[in-house]
Amino acid sequence: MNPLSFHAPVLLIAIPLLGAFAVPLIGRLGAHLRRIFTGLIALLTTACAGLVAATVFSAGTPITYVLGGRLTLPSGMNFPIRIILEVDGMSTFMVILTALILVTAVFYSFSYWRRRSGGTMYDSLLFLLGAGIFGMELTGDMFNFFVFLEITSIAACGLIGFRVWQGRSQEAAFKTMALYTLSGLFVLLAIGLLYGKYDGLNIAYLAAHIGSGLVDRIALGLLLVALAMKAGVVPMHMWAPDAYGEAPAPISAVLVANSQASLYGLFRVLFTLYGLAISVTTLGWIMIVLALLTIFIGVTMALIQSDIKRLIAYGAVSQIGYMLLGVGVGLATSAGQPDYGLVAMQGGIFHMINDAACVGLLFLAAGVIIRAAGTRNLNMMGGLAHDMRWTAMFFMIGALALAGIPPFNGFASKLMIYESTFRYSPILAVIAILGSILLLAVFLKVFQAAFLGPRTISPIERPSRLMLASMGVLALVVIAFGLFPGFFVHTIVGPAAKALWLGRDAYIGAVMGG
Amino acid sequence: MMIGNFPYIVAMLLVAIGIYALLFKRNLIKLVIGISLVETGVNLFLVTLGYRTAGIAPIYTYAPNAKPMVLPTPQALTLTSIVIGLATTALLLSFVVFIYRHYGTLNVREIKELRG
Repeated sequence: MNPLSFHAPVLLIAIPLLGAFAVPLIGRLGAHLRRIFTGLIALLTTACAGLVAATVFSAGTPITYVLGGRLTLPSGMNFPIRIILEVDGMSTFMVILTALILVTAVFYSFSYWRRRSGGTMYDSLLFLLGAGIFGMELTGDMFNFFVFLEITSIAACGLIGFRVWQGRSQEAAFKTMALYTLSGLFVLLAIGLLYGKYDGLNIAYLAAHIGSGLVDRIALGLLLVALAMKAGVVPMHMWAPDAYGEAPAPISAVLVANSQASLYGLFRVLFTLYGLAISVTTLGWIMIVLALLTIFIGVTMALIQSDIKRLIAYGAVSQIGYMLLGVGVGLATSAGQPDYGLVAMQGGIFHMINDAACVGLLFLAAGVIIRAAGTRNLNMMGGLAHDMRWTAMFFMIGALALAGIPPFNGFASKLMIYESTFRYSPILAVIAILGSILLLAVFLKVFQAAFLGPRTISPIERPSRLMLASMGVLALVVIAFGLFPGFFVHTIVGPAAKALWLGRDAYIGAVMGG
Repeated sequence: MMIGNFPYIVAMLLVAIGIYALLFKRNLIKLVIGISLVETGVNLFLVTLGYRTAGIAPIYTYAPNAKPMVLPTPQALTLTSIVIGLATTALLLSFVVFIYRHYGTLNVREIKELRG
């Protein structure tokens, strides 16, 4: 293995981290240089993500990276407390998703802040958030996971409250930070409990020893509540519409990826850390019930919004439900492992990247719309399609994909979820389809309100080419994933679902040997 | 000295008081205090976890003394957690300052631009 791909996992965390702390220094030399540097870091990070993906997919097994000194893995493991990065198919899938959203958000931000120069601090926090998300996805160590979780919390809330001249954004940032911190502390408490029982912090080591005693159950409950809270699952979603709605548009898109990183943590805990040590049917049904609640509450709350960003935010909340539904059915059936269980897992996981792309696209388009109309109130907009054809088209693509209309990507993953959950229990599929239909109604209303009708207002500010290009990249992803779902399910989603569904032994074996 | 499970009970009590404050208090500063209490409880729990009766500081050169050592890992975890706690508290308090500037109040009930 060449040294570059050997070090790729740690570089993926190190490069955005370096960017975060170097941007303030480079910024002193001039705004133009800072932009070049920011773009370079974003592209390098994406290249690194590609390298990680290539390495893991060609290896076929989880790869490990040990930080600090030499240690002969997998057999000569004597310190289970050493920090290890462990990358399997699921981690790689999340890395691809995060890199896609991060790079579009960075380039979109270039022209987003032209008038109100937030500049240096904004770029710095954005890279810090990226580093934290990558860290959560790559780490093989529970405590390390907690540290990266807190890095994302702090950076994300700094960005949500970035517009200090708005009271609303401060309110959202405080609320989000309070809940993020609480969830972080729950995770830490659970880690303490597990450490007290097993004397180890490494996920693979813990997974090899974990039992189903009282301490394990309490730790599982704490992790479940904390990570579901940070992913914005109903009934712990109170922060999500505020945060998505009040954050600057590119940050809302990155926040979606951040929530999904927490969801990834939840899946990692359930499938890899605990596996069959727990009652998978009970936990699977808990996830399914939470999923249906999330779909239902998210969609109904979206119906009554008149603020465009808050409306999309509730749409984003409802989509978390579809991922939970797919993976919940997968978990509930993971003891017997029928075919449709794997399809449900694939559907749920495929929906993560589809949701990140189409919700991200909607948030970016909403940023342009709000700039152009000078208001966020849907009742005061109208006729924007006359002057902004491209934005109208991108918004339409995002909205149709979110509602699960062919030929866009949302349809591909939702169809997999419908089919497999129908086999498990028909009522689940019925509720999920109903949610999608309502969502379509909501977004047609938005499209009609903002873009159609006579030209009532002329755009205050038109989107720059760079903004259109960033949206175009996401729109291309939406269409490509919709047109060739088979290819993407085979190449990136399949290994991810397999890593969770069957890969527990391989994950443990990569560190513990045997 | 035998203190048994007493430190664990105190730690959990601190967490419970903190969560109570988060649920029932209306003043933003008191919410921040509540979060700090939860954090202190968790830190105390971690330190207690690593404590051995009559243990000595976990420094390598002390090792031949044949006395039990306090576990070093929970202390390292606690140190990290304290540093993170400092950052989150500072960030929360700065949001409180901005909220007070915008709304002129710290009462959660009176700050309600974001509802529904």
